[in-house]
Amino acid sequence: MELDALMLSRIQFAFTVAFHIIFPAFTIGLASWLAALEFNWLRTGNPLYRNLFRFWVKVFAVSFGLGVVSGIVMSYQFGTNWSRFSEFTGNVLGPIIAYEVVTAFFLEAAFLGIMLFGWERVGDRLHFFATCMVALGTLISAFWILSANSWMQTPDGFAIENGKAVPVDWFKAVFNPSFPLRYAHMVLGCYITTAFAVAGMSAWMLLRHPHDAPEAKLAASRRSLSMALWFAAIFVPVQIVIGDLHGLGVLKYQPTKLAAIEGNWERMSNMPLRLFAIPDEVAETNHYEIGIPKIGSWVLTHAFDGEVPGLKEVPREDRPPVWPVFFSFRIMVGLGFAMLGIGLWSLYLRWKGTLFANRTFLTATMLMTPSGFGAVLFGWFTAEIGRQPFVVYGHLRTADAVSPVAAGAVATSLAIFLVVYAFVFGFGSYYLAKLLRRGPDPIEDIRGDDLGKKPKRPFSVPDEGVEGKPGHQAQPAE
Amino acid sequence: MFGFGNEYEGLAFWLPLIWAGLIAVAVAMYVIVDGFDLGVGILFKAARSENWRDRMMFSVAPIWDGNETWLILGGGGLFAVFHVAYAVLMPALYVPIILMLIALIFRGVAFEFRFKSDRSKFLWDNAFFFGSLLATFFQGMVLGAFVQGFANDGRQFTGGTFDFLSPFSVVTGIGLIFGYGLLGATWCVMKTTGELEIWARRMAVRFLILTIAAMAVVSLWVPFLGRQIETRWFSWPNIAFLAPIPLITAYVAYRLLRDLEEGRHYRPFFLAIGLFLLGYLGLGVSLFPFNVPPNLTIWDTANTVDSQLFALVGFAIVMPLTFAYTAYAYYVFRGKVAEEIQGGGYGYH
Repeated sequence: MELDALMLSRIQFAFTVAFHIIFPAFTIGLASWLAALEFNWLRTGNPLYRNLFRFWVKVFAVSFGLGVVSGIVMSYQFGTNWSRFSEFTGNVLGPIIAYEVVTAFFLEAAFLGIMLFGWERVGDRLHFFATCMVALGTLISAFWILSANSWMQTPDGFAIENGKAVPVDWFKAVFNPSFPLRYAHMVLGCYITTAFAVAGMSAWMLLRHPHDAPEAKLAASRRSLSMALWFAAIFVPVQIVIGDLHGLGVLKYQPTKLAAIEGNWERMSNMPLRLFAIPDEVAETNHYEIGIPKIGSWVLTHAFDGEVPGLKEVPREDRPPVWPVFFSFRIMVGLGFAMLGIGLWSLYLRWKGTLFANRTFLTATMLMTPSGFGAVLFGWFTAEIGRQPFVVYGHLRTADAVSPVAAGAVATSLAIFLVVYAFVFGFGSYYLAKLLRRGPDPIEDIRGDDLGKKPKRPFSVPDEGVEGKPGHQAQPAE
Repeated sequence: MFGFGNEYEGLAFWLPLIWAGLIAVAVAMYVIVDGFDLGVGILFKAARSENWRDRMMFSVAPIWDGNETWLILGGGGLFAVFHVAYAVLMPALYVPIILMLIALIFRGVAFEFRFKSDRSKFLWDNAFFFGSLLATFFQGMVLGAFVQGFANDGRQFTGGTFDFLSPFSVVTGIGLIFGYGLLGATWCVMKTTGELEIWARRMAVRFLILTIAAMAVVSLWVPFLGRQIETRWFSWPNIAFLAPIPLITAYVAYRLLRDLEEGRHYRPFFLAIGLFLLGYLGLGVSLFPFNVPPNLTIWDTANTVDSQLFALVGFAIVMPLTFAYTAYAYYVFRGKVAEEIQGGGYGYH
């Protein structure tokens, strides 16, 4: 592996986008979660929901801020590091990216300010509207960026003129073959990521108290744990089905990627479901393979004797690196089934009435906090490494997409990104941990006259700084 | 138009012109709105108390995210419709753009982190100040490098990593710090009260003088860049049309100074914006129709007609809406910031 501008740019892009995706994956789900909490608060007047909103909106604000600043980096890197990619795809992807900015980013940004700071100034309904607009903005944003990403996987609706892609049919370009299922898979993945983060953090907050602690201390965390686990129990199975359907699309449109995912060297029917293997790219075979006969073909084609393409059908230089794709996919699927297990376990404990008391389960749920992030990241590794050696599948090689920049410049910027992101991420995690340690406000802090009434100044009670200094009454600026 | 783009007809002629106008507006929006909140950051270190810093930060906290979105639109818009310009400019400006982005990261996280910290607050005060200062400086360098022009083969950048770096781009970097400082100071005059407001007025006067000096230096320097920009300004009949620009600039600067002394609250900020727009107009006159100086025009770098049209439909529908709710967000947070913002004053914290 030579550390030239190409390899360094690939590492830099992979690092910055992997860092970035953590935050949208979380905030897409959190925004909708906050909208649900606020809806329940307005509907029932139960201060539990308000306290939960007030707590999770802080988590949201930190994550969203990190998502914004790491996202701006992405919109410039297409040009700074991948200018030949920009030149080739600009006519098609340029407008799609611009649509994301104008339809989503401004919506999120404008209403985010009102959501975070404006409750006293705009009233309940408008504030709820603002929360919904932020949530909608995250979903619209995901729509466009996944359309662009899908176009790189399964490009459609274009022709090549003068060495560049030019649009022919916008509908086909935006709704290219892999887009609808990828969008469903990703958005649901984000929601599930948030569900497990919320469930895991709630479980941690519950574990810090004995289970017979005053109800007021536990109620909020119990409610969020319960809501998150309902979501997980219902939607993890749905996600597994969508993932399977998405896999059928990979088989149809990106057979080489599929062969790498399966570690399948020869075209075959009755392919086993390979649970483990060490793919050997030099000898073009697998070592230590463990598989279940015929099931691989059945999963992919829904027929036991279905034919699955092999890596050897294309020249070596057109194959993706096999082992990262092979293992990333298995880690993603493994995490998915672990989530399924937690969901089923939660249903069983609910039925027995011991959901909040079973400390083994709470510990397991707590340990699953990062599982969604892991699944999202390894899913992306599968999709994006599986697309190699192309950046636009079948049309533009990654090696031909890089900018004419000096390796030294990229090495320096990569080093800076590594240091800065570690620093920022470290502090972000530190403040997040502080927030979690304090948890949502206990219900007893609410004055009795608030109960069941229209909230007058729901956000005016200020918090303490998370490092423990007491806060003061905030004053609305008029 | 003015002897350019004659080889293009119909939509192929008009669309790039429309788009150049729209992106010019987006960039101007960015310079104004992020200009004042970066300016607030530039003044941050000089603020005399924790309370002042809290109030200054609170005055921009609800809107900075939207302000920075115009920067994404600037980059995204260039990619969207002038992808060749994007492909040439970004590698050419690799160093200042990456450094600007890093500075913006520190500054952006400071908003959230500062109010969640007590012992580590100094860290985020510094992150906010240095982030704002350096982001501004590198933006100014980008501007200077842009006026100097870029080596290219019509599709890709062909120059070196440090071509952007020159005495001229250093001066434009420093000049932009003065300019954003002026915007930030007049914003603080508008949004704050009491001693902080009086201090902001004094800062505004200083930054105004520095800004005018920087504008003068840059204007006098441009002819020496060897780009023949001066012939555009001083040839007849152009000079008759263009002479008002510096004259109006001088008047606006004078009016701004008087307003600050007379104790006006709102007008200094809008006059400072006027000053920026005049400088921007002057720049536009100097560079049109090149969006990759010295040789590539908006027509040379534009996307296909189909591509530009598709993006235009979206813009035509969405941008009025965007302006409407952005204006609404500003309206919600109108008025002066209260003097007692303790504990951060963040309603939601």
